[in-house]
Amino acid sequence: MALAVGCRARPGKSRDNRTGSWRVFKPIFDHEKCSKCGMCRTLCPEGCVHENEEGLFDPDYSYCKGCGLCAAECPKDAITMKQEEK
Amino acid sequence: MLEITEGSHAVAEAVRLCRPQVVSAYPITPQTHIVEALADFVANGKLDAEYITVENELSALSACVGASAAGSRAYSATTSQGLMLMAEVVFNAAGMRLPIVMSIANRAMGAPLSIWNDMQDSISLRDAGWLHFYAEDNQEATDLHFLAYKVAEDPTVQLPAFVCFDGFILSHTYEPVDILSQEQADQYLPAFAPAEKLDAKDPISFGMYATPEYYLEFRYETNEAQKRAKDAIAKYGKEFGTLFGRDYSAMIEEYRLDDADTAIVAMGSVCGTVKDAIDEMREEGKKVGLLRIRVFRPFPIEEITKALTKVKRVAVLDKNVSLGSRGGATAIEVRDALYGSTIPVKGYILGLGGRDIRKKDIKNIVDLCEKGIGDQFYGLRKELI
Repeated sequence: MALAVGCRARPGKSRDNRTGSWRVFKPIFDHEKCSKCGMCRTLCPEGCVHENEEGLFDPDYSYCKGCGLCAAECPKDAITMKQEEK
Repeated sequence: MLEITEGSHAVAEAVRLCRPQVVSAYPITPQTHIVEALADFVANGKLDAEYITVENELSALSACVGASAAGSRAYSATTSQGLMLMAEVVFNAAGMRLPIVMSIANRAMGAPLSIWNDMQDSISLRDAGWLHFYAEDNQEATDLHFLAYKVAEDPTVQLPAFVCFDGFILSHTYEPVDILSQEQADQYLPAFAPAEKLDAKDPISFGMYATPEYYLEFRYETNEAQKRAKDAIAKYGKEFGTLFGRDYSAMIEEYRLDDADTAIVAMGSVCGTVKDAIDEMREEGKKVGLLRIRVFRPFPIEEITKALTKVKRVAVLDKNVSLGSRGGATAIEVRDALYGSTIPVKGYILGLGGRDIRKKDIKNIVDLCEKGIGDQFYGLRKELI
């Protein structure tokens, strides 16, 4: 994203501003344990967990900030947070 | 037209002629007369501006930030404690690249409370990104407001500006001042027309969030704008000279410096006293000259290095002190400008809190500098410490 004078921004910048770079811990989804309850998608504050054709869930790492809410709330403990090195 | 008028009123006239659309300020000594006069102008229909009365200085500059972002030419004035209450917004205005102009009637910082003059207030905010102009007399204090708006609003600059002049010594002194006509002012300073402004029909936000991946570059860009301001000052200072006969293209002024052995470096009204002292010392055969800094930000480092090439020693006067360091801000930066040369630079902290600086003080400082004594407070009352 290019710099704007005075850090000025038009609406819709969150599409360009990939917040995934903020992440320290990355959620790893284990589809074997998943019961397809959809809690991760419901609770994700970034709205970046999406359902695939099989009814399983995956985060969009371009926007996932690594808050860990999905991992904390998953009733099947199917999501683990791993420290990410960039 | 030449008028004998109080410094504050001359400044208020200049501000009126600059046609600010929003004025927001809070009264504080010794700046009060400026905003009183502007409030009168607005109330009497002599200035078509919104005068926003506020509860304190933090709100005053905040109102100017909003006004400037919305595309208005905005103005404020303050000093000392008032400036410090604004400090957060001072940084924000520069970061948002808003060309607000603010007059500073320089005054000491408390505690202890002092309403008298030194330059600790504005100097303490030298890193915020504002342009810093320092006037020697009321003519210059008046003229620099036109230049400040012109440079600040240049699309290559887009930075706010302090126009600083010594509290009481200039603000409350009557001097003859040539005040431009409205036609002349309009000829020099066209209406403010920013490329981007707050507009509900075309939404934009100013001064958004920068993560560690972006922040460093924003500070870099603001610093680059400071560098570009040097060219804008040269260009518009010359234009002012062509139109009205007073050229402000140089960021420094040299007075009898050509063949000087000792150079005095100073800013503001004390330079009038220094020039008189130099004339007397010259009659006694002492080769002394003055380098006056008119623009402190951007700092004229190359100009200073060049102007001081031939001198044998440099005495820097500071009406401020960076406590815990080797001296005042000007001495530190002049020494930096001469880094690598063998010319000794000695700093003298003096005149704090309104202490008078007399011709004999300037002569004493030259004597001290010749002996290699410096980097100290000058004029301390030994019986008190």
